[in-house]
Amino acid sequence: MTSRSRIPFYIAIFLLIAAGVSLAVWRHIELGIPWFSGQQQPVWVVEARIDFDGTGNPVLASLNVPDSPPGFRVLSEQAASPGYGFSIVEENRSRRSEWSKREVTGPQTLYFKVQFVPDEAALRQTPRRPPKPEPVFWEEPQATAVEEVLEQARSRSSTPQSLTRELIKLLQPNSNRAQNTTLLVSDADYMSLLSRMLNHADIPARTADGLYLEDARRRQNLKPFLQIYDGKSWLTFNPRTAEQGLPDNVLLWRQAAVSLFDLVGGDDSQVSFSMLRQTIPALQLAQAESDQNGLSFLSIYQLPIEEQGMFRMLLLLPLGAMVVAFMRIVVGIRTSGTFMPILIAVAFVQTTLVPGLIAFVSVVSIGLLMRGYLSSLNLLLVSRISALIILVIFITAGLSIAGYHMGFNTGMTVTFFPMVIIAWTIERMSILWEEEGAREVFVQSSGSLFVAVCAFLIMSAPLASHLTFNFPELHFVVLGLILLMGQYTGYKLSELRRFHPMKVYG
Amino acid sequence: MGWISPFKLNQLGMLNMNRRNVDYISRYNSRAFYPLVDNKLKTKLVVAEYDVPTPRLLQVVRQQHEISRFREIAADLKGFAIKPAKGSGGKGITVITGRDNEDYVKASGARVNISYLERHLSNILAGLYSLAGTPDVAIIENIVESSPTLARYSHQGVPDIRIIVFQGYPVMAMLRLATKDSDGKANLHQGAVGVGLDIGTGRSLNAVQFNRSIILHPDTGLALENIAIEAWGEMLEMAARCYEATGLGYMGVDLVVDATEGPLLLELNARPGLAIQMANGRGLLPRLRTIESLKRPHFTPRERATFAMDAFSERWQPARKQAT
Repeated sequence: MTSRSRIPFYIAIFLLIAAGVSLAVWRHIELGIPWFSGQQQPVWVVEARIDFDGTGNPVLASLNVPDSPPGFRVLSEQAASPGYGFSIVEENRSRRSEWSKREVTGPQTLYFKVQFVPDEAALRQTPRRPPKPEPVFWEEPQATAVEEVLEQARSRSSTPQSLTRELIKLLQPNSNRAQNTTLLVSDADYMSLLSRMLNHADIPARTADGLYLEDARRRQNLKPFLQIYDGKSWLTFNPRTAEQGLPDNVLLWRQAAVSLFDLVGGDDSQVSFSMLRQTIPALQLAQAESDQNGLSFLSIYQLPIEEQGMFRMLLLLPLGAMVVAFMRIVVGIRTSGTFMPILIAVAFVQTTLVPGLIAFVSVVSIGLLMRGYLSSLNLLLVSRISALIILVIFITAGLSIAGYHMGFNTGMTVTFFPMVIIAWTIERMSILWEEEGAREVFVQSSGSLFVAVCAFLIMSAPLASHLTFNFPELHFVVLGLILLMGQYTGYKLSELRRFHPMKVYG
Repeated sequence: MGWISPFKLNQLGMLNMNRRNVDYISRYNSRAFYPLVDNKLKTKLVVAEYDVPTPRLLQVVRQQHEISRFREIAADLKGFAIKPAKGSGGKGITVITGRDNEDYVKASGARVNISYLERHLSNILAGLYSLAGTPDVAIIENIVESSPTLARYSHQGVPDIRIIVFQGYPVMAMLRLATKDSDGKANLHQGAVGVGLDIGTGRSLNAVQFNRSIILHPDTGLALENIAIEAWGEMLEMAARCYEATGLGYMGVDLVVDATEGPLLLELNARPGLAIQMANGRGLLPRLRTIESLKRPHFTPRERATFAMDAFSERWQPARKQAT
């Protein structure tokens, strides 16, 4: 009577799983998206986002865009800005993208998206025309101070590179610097001071702005770097540590000494950057280079980078849900709150495992202590939870500050935990404690943590994030498996233990 | 602790959590009927129409201002129980067994005054004990005086009888005795003793505490093997009648035996636990399948109770003694 009615269900599940697998296989064969992330070539997609308010006048916005940044090759450039005229202009050694529109009012957003391929060959750059040091004029008393500091640096160095390094060291606050230096540094903006001093010493120098490339970062700002010309090419220095050379993960967005962004006809402008590391196989890379629209349908690559970064996380959630379903239905682990473990696992992905575990356990246990006092006040549920949320925020702030003072940066990662969920967890555990005793609290919280760690391990596997992001259709398979588990009527692993006294009756 | 193989469990016909949820609760219990059993007041009113007696209702406190009337009523009462209508697992139930001048004596022997009870009532109204903290209603009932033959087995608390009723047929039953561990409560997972009862005769089969077989009650020291429930047929019929009253195909019926009024319905449960199988030493599945395969179901509660007493009796298979 029961098995017949389920046949359509199983057929549907089968079709769902088959559809997911065959779509993935087809895309693998047709588009060459590889199964493993190892076979791929990374491509960085960097998106500049410009926000400003139109004032009702004609607008001309112009953004400096990278021109052969060292260590990278530009694969494609794309601007998204409905209603605007757009073009890329090259003027005196810099490339700028320009947007124009006749009448603009209200908040505006412009996007400029560039795909970069890391390229070792593009590391060394020789300018077409050798630059000359710019003349610099100093007023007293700076002039004397500059001379003295330069003299000091010059005495310890032999080449333009070593002079630059020594100069940066002398200007650092921890270098026991002399009064001269203090006078200079306190006075002017550090980066322009540095390049002016080098120019003064007959070394062509300029400031460049770079982006630290980290996967799925949003709202990043440019960081300044110092560049000098040694007669053959531009060399890059870290302006704080004097380290020579460009780190692999830094993309120089602006090199020539021009402004990053100019705006006529608007105000309150802001430029921020998001970035994403895509893995594109060599085959597809070749296709994309010949055809700018080569990225195919059913992929998330077409979305703005900000959304893509979010989707990367979202697409991992089904895996977490599957782990929770498996643990509860088949293994029979008791957790507090059905899907709390997933949210904790997501937080672990941000904080990494061990610091995350420590932070979570300490927030919850301190919260439980405070909740003990709240329960003696006999508050109504809603205000109790609200009070708890505020307390949890205090606790996380306290832990972050304490961790920071003790020198653990990991203290700061507490903020990745979802506050409201933690407050609910504390509330539930505390009620559980009052009603069922400490043992049940221990069982459920260690169950939740165990499930969260399992979900974390699966979600943080590189293969998992590669497959879920590049083959979103595989989620049909996950969905099918979860639906199948919903029909599992067999014994849970924990029941084999629970019912073991029944052996006697066999 | 050991393990048991799934094949063995299957052979014993043990019903498990997943199968209970998928094959029985979600198939036979319509969501629409849940409010009937999750609210004790509604349960009381609906079963009354089907001649199932419950402890006498003295007052319903729905609003804060009605608490003052409670003071007038309580002044003349000796014993009563205050219950939240939507409470679960015995939370928020206060039982007053007697008076000491102006004070009230709780079941545990503690003395409380009227303002304590009023505060308790307003906590119930605010939803302190209800699921998810929704506002609730307090009901005040006559106290149940357990019949002395059963009461002596229990450490405090009133022993109650849980009967699983499937499509109107009583299929399995157990007696639940409170212990020191369970703090006077009759919930098995809190440490109460479960004594399996033969559906055919109402005699005890086997007893467990914390999933372990026991022979004697851990606090009262009384042997648990020769308990017999009086008026057993009548109780089974009462339980069977709850099916017509609620429409729930798979439920747990909790009964108590009052010294003067006889068997009374305490509450109904739409998600009865699985531990009853351990108390009986039998699996539920064979019995559930027997009922499912009936070609011509019986229409009256009496017929169903008689059928169950016949079909699920252990008479010809005497209760095995436990070797522990």
